[in-house]
Amino acid sequence: MALPLDPARNTRIARITRIARIKGALRSPVTFSVVAGLVIGALFLVGTGADPLAAYGAVVSGSLGADGIGSTLTTGTSVLGMALALAIPLRAGLINLGGDGQMVLGGIAAAVTGLYSPLPAPLTVVLALLAGVAAGAAYAALAALCENRFGVPLLVSSLLLSYPATSLASYLVRYPLKEPGSSLPQTRRLPEGVALPAFGTSTVTAGLVLVVLAAAAYWFADRRTAIGYEIRMTGLNPRFAAYAGVERKGLTLRLVSTSGALAGLVGSIGVLSFPYRFLDGSLTAPGYTWTGLTAALLAAAAPLGTVLASFFFAVLSVGGLSMERTTEVPRELTQVLQAIVIVFLAARLRFPRPRRRKAQGPTAQGPAPEKPTGQGPADRQPPAQEPASQGEFA
Amino acid sequence: MFFDSDLLTSALRALTPILLAALGGAVCERAGVFNIGLEGMMLMGCFTAVTTSWFTGSPWLGVLAAALASAAYSLILAVGAVTLRGDAVVLGIAMNLLAVGLTGFLLRTTFGVQGTFDDPSLAGLPLVGGFSPLAYLAWAAVGVSALLLSRHVWGLRLRGVGEAPDAAATLGVSPTRYKYAAVLASGVLCGLAGAQLALGNVTLFSENMTAGRGWIAVVAVMLGRALPLGVLLAALLFGLAEAAGFRLQGLGMPQQATDAAPYVVTLVALFLSTAQRRRRNARTTGVAS
Repeated sequence: MALPLDPARNTRIARITRIARIKGALRSPVTFSVVAGLVIGALFLVGTGADPLAAYGAVVSGSLGADGIGSTLTTGTSVLGMALALAIPLRAGLINLGGDGQMVLGGIAAAVTGLYSPLPAPLTVVLALLAGVAAGAAYAALAALCENRFGVPLLVSSLLLSYPATSLASYLVRYPLKEPGSSLPQTRRLPEGVALPAFGTSTVTAGLVLVVLAAAAYWFADRRTAIGYEIRMTGLNPRFAAYAGVERKGLTLRLVSTSGALAGLVGSIGVLSFPYRFLDGSLTAPGYTWTGLTAALLAAAAPLGTVLASFFFAVLSVGGLSMERTTEVPRELTQVLQAIVIVFLAARLRFPRPRRRKAQGPTAQGPAPEKPTGQGPADRQPPAQEPASQGEFA
Repeated sequence: MFFDSDLLTSALRALTPILLAALGGAVCERAGVFNIGLEGMMLMGCFTAVTTSWFTGSPWLGVLAAALASAAYSLILAVGAVTLRGDAVVLGIAMNLLAVGLTGFLLRTTFGVQGTFDDPSLAGLPLVGGFSPLAYLAWAAVGVSALLLSRHVWGLRLRGVGEAPDAAATLGVSPTRYKYAAVLASGVLCGLAGAQLALGNVTLFSENMTAGRGWIAVVAVMLGRALPLGVLLAALLFGLAEAAGFRLQGLGMPQQATDAAPYVVTLVALFLSTAQRRRRNARTTGVAS
């Protein structure tokens, strides 16, 4: 649009747009939510008689210091994996709440493969990863079929399916697959060498690389491919996408299966890393599914944002432990913080615009154009409502 | 005998919290607010009921406090979804997460325990004729809400607000006010549901003790098409599944299988009801799905 004849003018425009973009980002609901969450967390800390600065300092030093960074990256592997699993369908407005079940089935499939595969160890590792991915994808596909074929909203079918899956896994490790002679509900330890290679002596494994590769693939698909465009379009306006020829049911099945595949991957990574076995509850107890969901929601499912948000939440949850040690504030506070961030985000609060011109109203315009949040679920009709009550928001 | 009056009694006991929460969800649904925060509201109710009952020694004050606290908690949904026009689904999910974190945090700061607070001096609700008073209240609430929704002007306006907010506003009915009332009512009902769960069914608080019951209530709203009687039937189905599960456990079934039973039954019922609805739609309109 601008004439390219005057380079000085172009750089000036570039600088102005850059400043506008930074200002927009600072005023976005994401920033507001994170800051508000931290402020409310500080109030909680004051309420329990702790020094907020010391507590937050303990979070940062405990998670990013030399002792904590390995733990943060290990947790981050699972959180990012689950965040991607939820982000991919979320980009199209679909919410998969069955991450726990898919992850656990992936883990158990990987454990069984790892224990009974006759192949040499390195091949067994690959096979176990694939088995976990396949189990997760197949179970998620079941939830997608519930929505496509039976009209049961994905949100509900995926979540309800999660409970029988975790119960099944729990049954398996307590009875048929239980380690003989052990008092713990766990399988035998995987054979020597059936494990993901670790970085040095840390607990960080090649699983991190796999998950980061998955994130890169998601970024590429989102930005550069037709399917990524279709997904985003469906997320922004499902009716228009359907009109433009996006086949909704097929898309749902593919996205939700991919989502389950990633959840299954996280489960198999969990089994192929320390403690090298399936232990009942060890995959679900840390709440990776929910932390991943909050990360995906915070980032409005945007690929890079999901990576950043996952890292942020991994820092919070690992740092929460060291905060508990140094200040005796329960680590549950970090879970409260995460939820508060999402509450503010969903309510679409933001820092007020500095009053100079009072031109357009902030909400009347629909999606705010400056940040990915505008593409988030906040501006969309939630898919879960359709069958329950026919489109009252339409 | 597998099916006997004991089974029915325990089914009715199991269904009470679901029923109370689902009635709240149904009222919200009728007012056009999709409420999936039932689970979190119930959990807040559980915690408040136990805390208040323990500090005051009175389970009744616990029930009252649970209703109030849960109503206050439901304001998050009312303000976020109605006033600020945020996404009710995301808000609901966040409220469920917040409740888990908040009750876990408060459990540790208040009682200094992690996991479960279980004290012999904690007073639970008395049983009247084998059921807690809240169970009778729940059955009464079915009738009252059915009458309100179908006969009373409030109920008709509420439904009007849910179905056509603009038309309702034109007639001078404030959609905002009715939606707030519906969300607050669901908060009160979920608070009672939580109190029943923590002081009626058992007498303790443990982290995440709702364990998906709020979600079952959401499904019960769908199954019962947000009609109080339909919701009652759906909750009864869940109650039966849970009671039958306990019975089977006594007969040697592994606990994991019976734990999963209510969710599977609910899901199957959901399939059947939507499939049937589709067939009916196909017959009347001549179009499949």
